[in-house]
Amino acid sequence: MKVPEKSVRDATFEDLAMPLFDQLYNFARWLTQNTAEAEDLTQETYVKALRGFSSFQMGTNFRAWMYRILRNTFLTSRTGLKTTVAIDEDTDERLLPVESTTPESTLIEQANREMVQQALTDLPVPFREILLLCEVEEMSYQEIAETLAIPMGTVMSRLYRARKALRDLLRKKNEGDRHGV
Amino acid sequence: MACEQWREKLDFYIDGELDQAQASALGAHLRGCADCAADVLGRVQLKRSVQMAGKRYTASAELRNRITKSVAAKPHRAPGWYWRILAVPALAVLVFSIAVNLYVGRENARRQRVYSELADLHVAALASATPVEVVSTDRHTVKPWFQGKIPFTFNLPELQGSEFTLLGGRVTYLAQTPGAHLIYQVRKHEISVFIFQDRGEEAGLPAGFWHPLSFNVENWTQNGLRYFVVGDVGAEDIRALSKLLRDAG
Repeated sequence: MKVPEKSVRDATFEDLAMPLFDQLYNFARWLTQNTAEAEDLTQETYVKALRGFSSFQMGTNFRAWMYRILRNTFLTSRTGLKTTVAIDEDTDERLLPVESTTPESTLIEQANREMVQQALTDLPVPFREILLLCEVEEMSYQEIAETLAIPMGTVMSRLYRARKALRDLLRKKNEGDRHGV
Repeated sequence: MACEQWREKLDFYIDGELDQAQASALGAHLRGCADCAADVLGRVQLKRSVQMAGKRYTASAELRNRITKSVAAKPHRAPGWYWRILAVPALAVLVFSIAVNLYVGRENARRQRVYSELADLHVAALASATPVEVVSTDRHTVKPWFQGKIPFTFNLPELQGSEFTLLGGRVTYLAQTPGAHLIYQVRKHEISVFIFQDRGEEAGLPAGFWHPLSFNVENWTQNGLRYFVVGDVGAEDIRALSKLLRDAG
């Protein structure tokens, strides 16, 4: 969502920011895992963004800017500080050897919706958020890099690890189900 | 290319991050390789199921209303309407600056030439549809914007607690020399700050305060840079902004 300079000059903050409301709330709810906190986080994001709108640089990505504000607000909140775990891949941007998705793992791909939702909830925040930005928000790697303020190489390796972690979780859940656990 | 090498690119492929040439080469490989095709299918299915599962939460109408109210009816992005209001007085000043150009005394011809040119730059910028190329009140945004555009760097003052606001900046030229043109605001008046490398051409210009035809101008050199502060505000404001800049530089 690159905003052309002229349209930003003519657009109000409301014009640009309100179309993002539903998806920002969804993202906030996934991060906080709590309705009241998600509402507060969304509201605070809008207040901060409105206040900082004059410093938003024309021609840059407005959506990434809004998500960045939301995420930074979350990370400095009580819940954010508690739930965020450090992941150690940021120093190593090389991609790990890619694991093949073998036919048996196709079962995972057919996992039902609740199972995937539970697995997403169980993932650490850095993995959960990058999967949401990539799959749900359909952001490009470049946009994700801007939102998370990390290099492109880190986007790729973190995304790879997040998918692998999700697959592992689903595989475990599948096996658990099959054994009646 | 072997399957192993393709496999590294499968995620980029389903995320639409491969360039066209690579994507079509991989597409051709997938048509002939059942293993890789099954692999891609699995990844696409996982991607889809996360996409569906991720669209899970809906905000209450009450929250939407509350936020809409809090952001509604706010004015347009400041510079948009702001510069339009400015255009009329700025044009008047432009006419005035032509008079400045016509009045060139013999003794101070050179000083007048420099000041006229600066007054022109000041007025022309304000009358322009895009007075500043980087719009920001944040000095940490404006200063780095000039990197690579002008052959020097400079420091800008912290304005908190002062009456001045930074509106933005643009690249400018004085005597074919590139420099930084910053626009500050104080009580609806604009002040231009010009920063150039001090190449000695203006060496004859005494530092100090001048009042050429109703513009107030202060200039000084500091750390190899020559600063000009130009505006139609009172001398106190020009001096106050100059002091802030000097302290920062």
